[in-house]
Amino acid sequence: MDGWLAFSALGLLICSIFTLSQTSQQVVAGAPDYFPQRQAVYGLVGIVAMIAIARIDYSRFRELRVGIYTFLCSSILIIFVFGVTSRGSTQSLSLPFFTFQPAELGKLLLILSLAGFVIDGATRGSESQRTLRYLALGLAPTGMVLLQDLGTSLVYGAITIAIMIAAGVRWSHLAVIGAGLTAFIAVVLVVMPMAGAPVLKEYQQERLTSFISPSSDIGGAGYQQNQAKVAAGSGGTTGRGNQATQSRLGFVPERHTDFIFAVVAERYGFFGAGLVLSLFALLFWRALRLMTLSKNFYGTLVAAGIASAIMFQVFVNVGMNLGIMPITGIPLPLMSYGGSAVIATFLMIGVLQSIHIESRAGQRGPWSQ
Amino acid sequence: MRIEPVFTKPTHRKGTALRVAVIGGLGIVLFAALFFRLWTLQVVTGDKYLAEARDNQTREITVRAPRGSILDRDGNVLVDYRTSMALELDPLQVPSDPIERRDRFAALAEVLDRNVSWVQNRYREELRTNPPGSAITLLRDAEDDIVYYLQEKQSSYPEVQVNRVFVRRYPEGYRAAHLLGSVGEATAEDLEEAENQDLEPGDSLGKAGVEQTYDEALRGGNGLTEIQVDSLGRVKGQLQSKVPEPGHSLRLTIDPEVQAAGEDALSSIGLPGAFVTMDVTNGEILGMASNPTFDPAIFTRPLSQMEVDGLWDEDQGAPMFNRAIGGAYPVGSVYKPITAVAGLDAGSVTPSTVIQDNGLIEISDQIFTNAGSEPHGPVDLRRAMEVSSDVYFYLLGADMNGTSKLQYWSRQFGIGEPTGIDLPGESGGLLPTPDWRNDLYEKGETDRPWAIGDNVQLAIGQGDMQADPLQMAVAYAALGNGGSLVRPHTVLRSEDAAGRVVEEYQPEITRTIEIDPVAREAIMTGLHDAAQAPDGTSYGVFGGFPVPVAGKTGTAERPPNGDQAWYVVLAPYPDPKIVTAVTVEQGGFGADTAAPIALQVLSAYFEREARAVSGGGNVE
Repeated sequence: MDGWLAFSALGLLICSIFTLSQTSQQVVAGAPDYFPQRQAVYGLVGIVAMIAIARIDYSRFRELRVGIYTFLCSSILIIFVFGVTSRGSTQSLSLPFFTFQPAELGKLLLILSLAGFVIDGATRGSESQRTLRYLALGLAPTGMVLLQDLGTSLVYGAITIAIMIAAGVRWSHLAVIGAGLTAFIAVVLVVMPMAGAPVLKEYQQERLTSFISPSSDIGGAGYQQNQAKVAAGSGGTTGRGNQATQSRLGFVPERHTDFIFAVVAERYGFFGAGLVLSLFALLFWRALRLMTLSKNFYGTLVAAGIASAIMFQVFVNVGMNLGIMPITGIPLPLMSYGGSAVIATFLMIGVLQSIHIESRAGQRGPWSQ
Repeated sequence: MRIEPVFTKPTHRKGTALRVAVIGGLGIVLFAALFFRLWTLQVVTGDKYLAEARDNQTREITVRAPRGSILDRDGNVLVDYRTSMALELDPLQVPSDPIERRDRFAALAEVLDRNVSWVQNRYREELRTNPPGSAITLLRDAEDDIVYYLQEKQSSYPEVQVNRVFVRRYPEGYRAAHLLGSVGEATAEDLEEAENQDLEPGDSLGKAGVEQTYDEALRGGNGLTEIQVDSLGRVKGQLQSKVPEPGHSLRLTIDPEVQAAGEDALSSIGLPGAFVTMDVTNGEILGMASNPTFDPAIFTRPLSQMEVDGLWDEDQGAPMFNRAIGGAYPVGSVYKPITAVAGLDAGSVTPSTVIQDNGLIEISDQIFTNAGSEPHGPVDLRRAMEVSSDVYFYLLGADMNGTSKLQYWSRQFGIGEPTGIDLPGESGGLLPTPDWRNDLYEKGETDRPWAIGDNVQLAIGQGDMQADPLQMAVAYAALGNGGSLVRPHTVLRSEDAAGRVVEEYQPEITRTIEIDPVAREAIMTGLHDAAQAPDGTSYGVFGGFPVPVAGKTGTAERPPNGDQAWYVVLAPYPDPKIVTAVTVEQGGFGADTAAPIALQVLSAYFEREARAVSGGGNVE
């Protein structure tokens, strides 16, 4: 096992449970420790899952890519039939003990299967055909998720792009994709609403545009983001501790999920928030390192996907908390309360651990496994 | 690079190091951006956000101070306050969408048993005059069952708030309405005034009368309760509070019996008019009223613009208009004492000079007549006062033309300038001078320049001159007290809630006039005879009055209206303590309408004096 990797993941989980135990007392009446307790349980389940998956040779997943991909797509599709709605979007399945969000696990499934398809088809077709094939395979689940949740689909898109970069897709192709993406965003956000045919739901549009001029909508989405920014800013260098009124009195919205970073920043200041960011940087560095250490190219691609997925989520979520990114509803990995996300992230760490273990095994020789 | 025996290496792999570097570099850039942003937000601008966060969690609730009471001279309450339940709309909660707003108003109108347009009109009208963001008062004195109902269903009517407010209460009804004035909600313009810095939207402000002049004393200071609230506005704690400071109460100079007598006498005449009674030595106003009057309590509820306009509408007698200090009328013969002082000083006559009054006189081709052309025969100054010979004073006016003596003495007596009373809305009247008329003529605003006739008219208080009862009272007071032009005032002192004196208002003398004692005596004798000698013009009214007085009638032509009746009286003669001036629009002869009102006032005053002497201080 990679000790630093495990350390950063566990450290973030502990930060999460600690923060939740300090702040979210009033959210569930009569059960002050509801969130930290449940988060601890999810964390334990996640750790067990991480250890279990670390012991499996991740290369198996390459062989199972078709099955994984099929499961990924069907698990997303099943939401359209059986999903339950919360906070304006439908992305969960109601299970006996908790509501499960397939799209969270789907991030890992997409990484494992897409990387597999890349290896498998690396020599088939022209470069342009390959680029289109990767793009199509990545965008199919991305598009399906987009209909459920904008933030998650953005992560899917980021994963697809990251794996394509790592896979060695021509820079010129990537440039064309980048240009296409920019044009697409422009059409969705500006042209279509002006033409009277908005693509996004109203609340999605509002969240995205209120970021550009937050003061224009002091009562709505811009207000929430402003409150989060005020909370983070008011923390100063050392934090406000129990005087953290922005989070304690509920001015920070979704303070146990999307805006937990603002809570950390207000209560524990630059030192606390900087510690959390540093743990993410450590995690990212260890994942990046595995790209070069991996015993095979599949491992490199998987590590690239996981590192990018985590990096993207951290940047968008923390940026949203600090007022430099729009509100997209992306949770902060391991910090935000939520079983599906915590367990799925630990599974990702587990796969990274597997890449690490396998690379060591290769060095020590075939008999050491 | 390790050698991988199981898989054949894909061709892409050559560039992998670069690809890892790109992804890694991107990660470093993004992390650096987050760290930088975190640092600037928290360490660099943290204080600003800390202040914002502190602001966020506290709400300041104003605790309004009760306004001070106003008492008469004896301590009877003329105005105090009571609490009232006011129904207000929170403008931030009122939907901006007109259709949605209409629906809400309709629901509310049903509760109030009114129609939607009433609610909408009130909303619009208040929105126009109120300072932005302040609560919109729909209704004062809401009935209890409406209040309970709305409070119970607060969630269904989020835009409605019920507020306990202080409103004025007038135990004596209409009594001294003009003097007391009114209180209203501070408008956006009021709030911009420098002296109103401590006021907030929704606070009340004196809008007329004593309420306006002494607003700062009456107003008190609002208290403040700072509460900590959460994001939903639920109260989480009380931080600190400032206790409201009740306003000071005012003790007026008003004598309740004089006031009541004057008001009742005025209203019994039924014509527009006014009276003033003042202490001649110190300028204390003992009574003042203007007819028609109004109920000051109407201002305790929200008024529509139409109702407000009606109070000033001349066709309805302009009940809000205080004729005692704002009416500008020709004064007629009550002006004669001023002319006499001027004529004696100018040397036109001595007190013993006798002039033959044939009922009319020709001055520079113009005929001037007595009232009814009645001849009075040979008259000296005393006699001219007693019988009110116009011819005598015509001659004085003609003689003084070109010397400006008449204008000088008129000005000395305060004609043509406000008296400086502590009430808003005072007029200065008009003192015609050659310069004034010639200026107008040059500008083409009048048909002729100054002529001798103008001075002749001024001598008997006719022509262009205008004054109000208060000015005449002040002028007569100066005559009565030997030459002190007092500054009239209506407030004795302010007291705090415990009854301790906060401030005493000292009498002020505007200026001292050098009146020749011999002249003064001659004029006073003439005025006394005019009131109480058998030939006197008001003998019919004051002949039987037990207290010696010195009073003059006035009947001024005021085209196109009927004659303006006047009476000004000093009492007791020869060392007067009080002066009463009365005027009645279209009242005809001064002796017929104005003098009887003065009699009522003086009776009330001297009955009280007599009681005080005989009763030896016994209370009832």
